[in-house]
Amino acid sequence: MTIRIVHFINQFFAGIGGEEKADHRPEVREGAVGPGIAFKEAFGEEAEIVATVVCGDSYFNENMAAAVDEVISMMENYRPDLVICGPAFNAGRYGIACGAVAETVVNRLGIPVVAGMYPENPGVDMYKKSAYIIETSKTAAGMRKAVTPMARLALKLARGEELGSPEEEGYIPRGIRKNQFAAERGSKRAVEMLLKKLEGEEYTTEYPMPVFDRVAPAAAIKDIKKAKIALVSSGGPVPKGNPDRIESSSATKFGKYSLQWLDDLNPGNSETAHGGYDPVYANEDLDRVLPVDVLREMEKAGEIGSLHEYWYATVGNGTSVANARRFATEIAKELNVAGVDAVILTST
Amino acid sequence: MRLEVGNILIKDIQFGERTEVKKGVLFINKDELAQVTGADDLIASVEVYLAKPGEEIRIIPVKDVIEPRIKVSGKGGVFPGLISKVDTVGEGRTHVLKGAAVVTTGKIVGFQEGLIDMTGPGAEYTPFSKTMNVVLKVDPVEGLHQHEHERVVRLAGLRAAEYLGRAGQSVEPDHIEVYETKPLPEQVKEYPDLPKVVYVYMLITQGLLHDSFFYGVDAKQIVPTFIYPTEVMDGAVVSGNCVSACDKNLTYIHQNNPVIQDLYERHGKDLNFIGCVITNENVTLADKERSSNMTAKLVEFLGADGVIITEEGFGNPDTDMVMLCYKIEEKGIKTVLITNEYAGRDGASQSLADSTEKGDAVVSTGNSNEIIKLPPMKTVIGYPEVADIIAGGSDGSLAEDGSITAEIQVIIGATNEMGYGLLTAKAR
Repeated sequence: MTIRIVHFINQFFAGIGGEEKADHRPEVREGAVGPGIAFKEAFGEEAEIVATVVCGDSYFNENMAAAVDEVISMMENYRPDLVICGPAFNAGRYGIACGAVAETVVNRLGIPVVAGMYPENPGVDMYKKSAYIIETSKTAAGMRKAVTPMARLALKLARGEELGSPEEEGYIPRGIRKNQFAAERGSKRAVEMLLKKLEGEEYTTEYPMPVFDRVAPAAAIKDIKKAKIALVSSGGPVPKGNPDRIESSSATKFGKYSLQWLDDLNPGNSETAHGGYDPVYANEDLDRVLPVDVLREMEKAGEIGSLHEYWYATVGNGTSVANARRFATEIAKELNVAGVDAVILTST
Repeated sequence: MRLEVGNILIKDIQFGERTEVKKGVLFINKDELAQVTGADDLIASVEVYLAKPGEEIRIIPVKDVIEPRIKVSGKGGVFPGLISKVDTVGEGRTHVLKGAAVVTTGKIVGFQEGLIDMTGPGAEYTPFSKTMNVVLKVDPVEGLHQHEHERVVRLAGLRAAEYLGRAGQSVEPDHIEVYETKPLPEQVKEYPDLPKVVYVYMLITQGLLHDSFFYGVDAKQIVPTFIYPTEVMDGAVVSGNCVSACDKNLTYIHQNNPVIQDLYERHGKDLNFIGCVITNENVTLADKERSSNMTAKLVEFLGADGVIITEEGFGNPDTDMVMLCYKIEEKGIKTVLITNEYAGRDGASQSLADSTEKGDAVVSTGNSNEIIKLPPMKTVIGYPEVADIIAGGSDGSLAEDGSITAEIQVIIGATNEMGYGLLTAKAR
């Protein structure tokens, strides 16, 4: 059966016009248009470009949510097996449009996408995790060179074949780690790598060290006696029985629990869900992880304004940075709405 | 120090009247083994099972895996300081029932225990689907504290391994491996033109349920020290931890430390393996600073040109590994690190909790968060319901049909950080 492909391009590559036509609204045309002709040749009998969706760069970027919806619903009508976006080369707005369409196609239609961009196109960093983006040259002079690997990758994806490494396939690494079995065990690979490093020969690390965000500390509290303080913890402090079933490792969720009527944590009302440290001492007295008792005393003594009526808890054990960032965004939003002035973050 | 390791190849295990090895078959007197294993007032019951490669068996939760070994000549006995006197081991001759393993299971001690599948997709990830396993389900008396529970099961497994190992004492081994590292000045002189390599051997020591033992000492209490590589082959290092199944260094893997084996493989040819420095992974900053400082100093003191550093565990211990890497590289000594990754289920997050630019040579043993579906098995030894609460599992991991959907973190040895397995992770 022929693989059905829908192609997304901008007004320029559709031959509608340059910047003066950049407000062109989404339209769909049957069959291949512009660079689609080159893809058609590359696909031969195996795949067919059934439709091309065209959208102006300015219209797309200024009305992103609406434009994405329009483009996707046009694509949906053609029941594609795969979508190709661009190539956008180093055109920034076109790259972002390609990326946004690609991400939505993957999420909404659940089919693979191949895009093409120059590595410095802003669309790359924004969308490389969602779509396979073939590395292209800066300008459309590199069209033919871009089409070959894009078409090859598209066919592989549509056939459901296993993909090679980014270098082999020509796509920009998506920052995704994928397991596979190597030919030699890890210890042997380490010895080989060390010998090369000692000899000054070339070697390739299997994991380039990560780069982390730096968070600037917030300004100091002016008057702690009036401040509303919240407790947030990655040490897994939860009500007895772990009602939300927060995982002991690799947490996918956080919990929000009421501190109303609670002055002290004890084995009868609380426990830790954390699987990464000795839980014995935490379970004996969970104030060791979440200092409710001390804060209540300080609240009574007027040393702090008040203790926020909820605590938030998750398990910071093998929990991915992506999940941690999501929890933090959601928790911070609620704390802001509740007028919390400061947070004591406890970990273990 | 020179050690001959005599491997007696075990092709099958069966229950029999006497515990003995005959023509590559290990016969086990079940009652006697149960008696030796259960020789502790704090143990209520011991059940013995056999699990062989290819059988539809799941063992869950697994506490430790131990290789049956016995000293034939040379000082001391196996697992010194725990079930033998604290003589210095690693010399003379040791016999191994190669292909057999003791697996301890029972009621869960801590969250971080895992499973072994003897067949199916999960079997590919664990080295212990390929061994003939003598499975001991050890349950303690009621009301035992977690800390004591861990110790009781740990010692029971060691006693069982020694008991089985004894069956190989006077059996002629199928092949003998010889390992030797000499006192430092002699060892340096022996291969003066080869780069001197030290193995920096990190032991998890984060507190109870995350501890390792060195000649019976809780390794939290050691300062880094220098050892001959052969000492661990006689059980000088024992796992006492319930850290995540995928990256805990089981006692079996300490006994068969693959870094030590692979360094010996090139010893005298491409490198001069002058010894190991063991260090710990304590939880306070002062301890981390002290241990990494001392390790870097010892490595320099020994005159190493290069080191391999292996981690145990993840997250907090990443900081120990990064400190070691940074401080050793600062001294102009080249490092290679072996670690696993926690990149999230989608593989899109940073894999380590700490970082240094000097860590430019890393061997990855795979992303522990990757999801796997393990089909139901005909037989489950242990307590399958813990699949929902162990590290890497989540609420609903265990389905009604007995299948388990969880991270590979739940599989014993899946991403072992001594590089025991083939798994790695690639950029995609």
